[in-house]
Amino acid sequence: MTFTSHRGLGRALRAMALGLVLAAGANLALAADAPSASANPELEARMMAMAAELRCLVCQNQTIADSHAGLAEDLRQQIREMLAKGQSEREIMDYMTQRYGDFVLYRPPFKATTVLLWVGPAVLMVFAIGTLVVVLRRRQKLGDDAFDPDDAEASSPAEPPAAR
Amino acid sequence: MKAKLLWPLAIFLVLAVFLGVGLKLDPREVPSPLVGKPAPVFKAPSLAQPEKVLRKEDMLGKVWMLNVWASWCGACRDEHPVLVAYSRAGGGVPVYGLNYKDKREDGMGWLNQFGNPYADSLFDPDGRIGIDYGVYGVPETFVIDQAGVIRYKHIGPVTPEVLRNKIEPLLKQLNKA
Amino acid sequence: MALGVALLQGALPLAGAHKGRADWMQLGRPLAWAQLALVTASFICLTLAFVRHDFSVLYVASNSNSALPLPYRFAAVWGGHEGSLLLWLLMLNVWTVAVAIYSRSLPAVFVARILGVLGLVAVGFLLFTLITSNPFERLIPAAADGRDLNPLLQDPGMVIHPPMLYMGYVGFSVAYAFAIAALLGGNLDATWARWTRPWTTAAWIFLTFGIGLGSWWAYNELGWGGWWFWDPVENASFMPWLVGTALIHSLAVTEKRGSFKVWTVLLAIVAFSLSLMGTFLVRSGVLSSVHAFATDPRRGLFILAFLVIAIGASLVLYAWRAPTVGLGQRFALVSKESMLLVNNMLLAVATGAVLLGTLYPLFLDAMGLGKISVGPPYFDTVFGLLMAPLLFMMGIGPMTRWKNDEPGSLARRLRWALPVAVVLAVLVCWIAGRIAPLTVAGLTLAFWIVASQGVDLLERVRPRGQDTNVLARLRLLPRAYIGMLVAHIGVAAFAFGVAMVKTYEIERDVKMGPDASTELNGYRFRMLSVREVQGANYTAAQGQIEVTKDGKLIAMLSPEKRVYRVQSNPMTEAAVDSNLLRDLYISMGEQLPNGDWIVRVQHKPFIVWIWGGCLIMMLGGFLAASDRRYRLRQTRQATSTDTPTAAGGAA
Repeated sequence: MTFTSHRGLGRALRAMALGLVLAAGANLALAADAPSASANPELEARMMAMAAELRCLVCQNQTIADSHAGLAEDLRQQIREMLAKGQSEREIMDYMTQRYGDFVLYRPPFKATTVLLWVGPAVLMVFAIGTLVVVLRRRQKLGDDAFDPDDAEASSPAEPPAAR
Repeated sequence: MKAKLLWPLAIFLVLAVFLGVGLKLDPREVPSPLVGKPAPVFKAPSLAQPEKVLRKEDMLGKVWMLNVWASWCGACRDEHPVLVAYSRAGGGVPVYGLNYKDKREDGMGWLNQFGNPYADSLFDPDGRIGIDYGVYGVPETFVIDQAGVIRYKHIGPVTPEVLRNKIEPLLKQLNKA
Repeated sequence: MALGVALLQGALPLAGAHKGRADWMQLGRPLAWAQLALVTASFICLTLAFVRHDFSVLYVASNSNSALPLPYRFAAVWGGHEGSLLLWLLMLNVWTVAVAIYSRSLPAVFVARILGVLGLVAVGFLLFTLITSNPFERLIPAAADGRDLNPLLQDPGMVIHPPMLYMGYVGFSVAYAFAIAALLGGNLDATWARWTRPWTTAAWIFLTFGIGLGSWWAYNELGWGGWWFWDPVENASFMPWLVGTALIHSLAVTEKRGSFKVWTVLLAIVAFSLSLMGTFLVRSGVLSSVHAFATDPRRGLFILAFLVIAIGASLVLYAWRAPTVGLGQRFALVSKESMLLVNNMLLAVATGAVLLGTLYPLFLDAMGLGKISVGPPYFDTVFGLLMAPLLFMMGIGPMTRWKNDEPGSLARRLRWALPVAVVLAVLVCWIAGRIAPLTVAGLTLAFWIVASQGVDLLERVRPRGQDTNVLARLRLLPRAYIGMLVAHIGVAAFAFGVAMVKTYEIERDVKMGPDASTELNGYRFRMLSVREVQGANYTAAQGQIEVTKDGKLIAMLSPEKRVYRVQSNPMTEAAVDSNLLRDLYISMGEQLPNGDWIVRVQHKPFIVWIWGGCLIMMLGGFLAASDRRYRLRQTRQATSTDTPTAAGGAA
């Protein structure tokens, strides 16, 4: 059995590589002719990254980055100004929570009330693994009568041979 | 052996209790973290007289209400008669308005048309003061005490019931102190 | 009327099974048909009301408009809460009748129980509809015109997304009914698993489609290029999917080896419970979501009561009957069974984590501990971390032998797969321009899955002794195996798409007037003009943007900024040029005072692999479910013994 033409495969691989190179173009983008929508694109990018972590209180189910609401635009502007003044991300987030509470953060802060939230998944995982290990070990020790009798191995002809 | 099989049921019932309690709550309401904290400092021109400047320091020593409103806000129309009646009745605390993200002529025109219950209104066209006060939906009303601390925030239009049941008792209590 | 029939369908077959009365049990099937007929009639009436613009029906007036195009008038039938419930009911009846038709080879008692359980579920929904959510309420006097369907919903994707989702949710009710019936009858064995599997896989396929479609639709329709937001309602559909996936795998073990019976039954109950809970979350107003229907605490209370009764009773039954079910055949610590157990455990933990994050704000608020939000930053981190071990196990599980295997032998067989995967991952990142550790990890896992499946496939078709015809051996592979292979590759494709897009997507916001152009990644975007366009029920500013690369025309894209006349909210229609390697995504922002427009241009590499992965998963599921052994009819005797399957051979 041969693969469908090597040429076809080669073409496909080349197309994939091209796709990746295009993705790489991110670092090689030339200067745009149309002016950037914002005066300072780097600042803008930082602002949008932060805005993506904040909840819009008006529509409540969008980030401040995506929302078209008046308050969202005001807050984006506020973040822009604070970043331009050189304030840190921490300070800006604190600014927001002082005025709007923790509700405005999409990444819940780590405090006494949210310990369970952040630690929960890990605890669940540990608990699950632990239970698994205990149950499996216990089963190994049970006598054969606890189990159904083994069928004559109903293994399919396609199963790899046991001896390797 | 039996007990561990009841865990799913137990977990589910706990969940159901929370869901039941949740039915009574409003997930969209955002309580203010500013209640119990000093009101943010402001310095704003008056809506009617641009040369006059209103500052927080001038408000110290008295209990007062700050009502956030705008001419483009429909719900503010609904609550306005309540505020007008309150100020006309007298014997209450001064109500100051925060004209939020509005144009001067529109704001003044609105007050001329629907009545002016405010001792004065701060003019906040950019909404900066609003942001400082955590305003996210107009109308909102704050009760601020003599020391300049925010004691209560009401989100949404002030109805006669809210005035009667929540705000007036609080004002009475603050004025006694 | 449908309610009356459903009550009969619910009560009689179950009672009949209990008492052993053949005539009562036989009523199950005809009653199911009757219920279907009645609900369908109801549904048709509602549809006609929409098509004919009957604004004297309150529900029609709230969700439609005289200018609404015909296809969307159909979609509007399930655009609101009441109509969507009717759709739920219709789906439930369709599945019930399907079970009635395809269950000839099952023992009558069992069928009676299944249909009975399904009937009871229908009773719950019918009661709910009739008491709190009647779509046929009149508006008198009739409205002059309707409030129009939410513009977000006026899109082809919206027409099929809810029905597909509901097919999935409701489909899990079949697995649930099978599980309850088995618990009631006390016969839970490999044969039961074999009957249940295709139904469950079918439901899973629909749910995969519904969720994938929803994501693709949001991407195209919402205008900002996002495709998953961990919104509570999205999570409500994802959790049954996770549990459903665990259920399919658990059923595989129960069918093959008789093990995991208790797990399987519990998973079936949980999957459907999560479906029901999703229904609750969307309609009760307990959580804030873009998807939420207009809410009414009274409805919420009703659903909650239904939830407590249905799930509570099922879990009590489970706790009572599960000990009688037995442990199945023995397996070693390292075996396919234990691998699948780990798989299920990981899926369960993932589901638990999503549930925790979704409901946590509610927990805190209910206890007066303040209000927080739990959004993508939390879920992306937590879920990503949990998925990593799962993806890794996906490379090992299929390779492991049943009953007993040696870690050493496994490691030996896979010794090339992992290094190859890592090397490929680093290579891809390097070509793409940036080597980020997380991305390498994600890509490694995706390639690892493909590599390990490849090793397994090779082992099975490699010439052995006299048998040198590889092609023949390939054709002999059971369809269920191919299905698994394909589905797992679908997951790998999905993971690949996610890793590439999240790491390498770029965007740029520019101000564009006529003839302005900008460049992104070698593509040049030139704005030709912006003109006003009138749609059936909207007015739009439509940009004409020419996309070229090296001078060659790639596409003409027409993003729009629409204002729907009735509800007057502005909507951004993005324009997308899609191919296997990348999406070019353009959306219009605000118009500036000088007439120029703010335009956002995005380059998203390999994003279609995300939905392609979903489609591949569905194909895999279909292949697995249509394996010969399910389709062959067998004459069955009463069956509590564990007879190895007569026809088709096992896999």
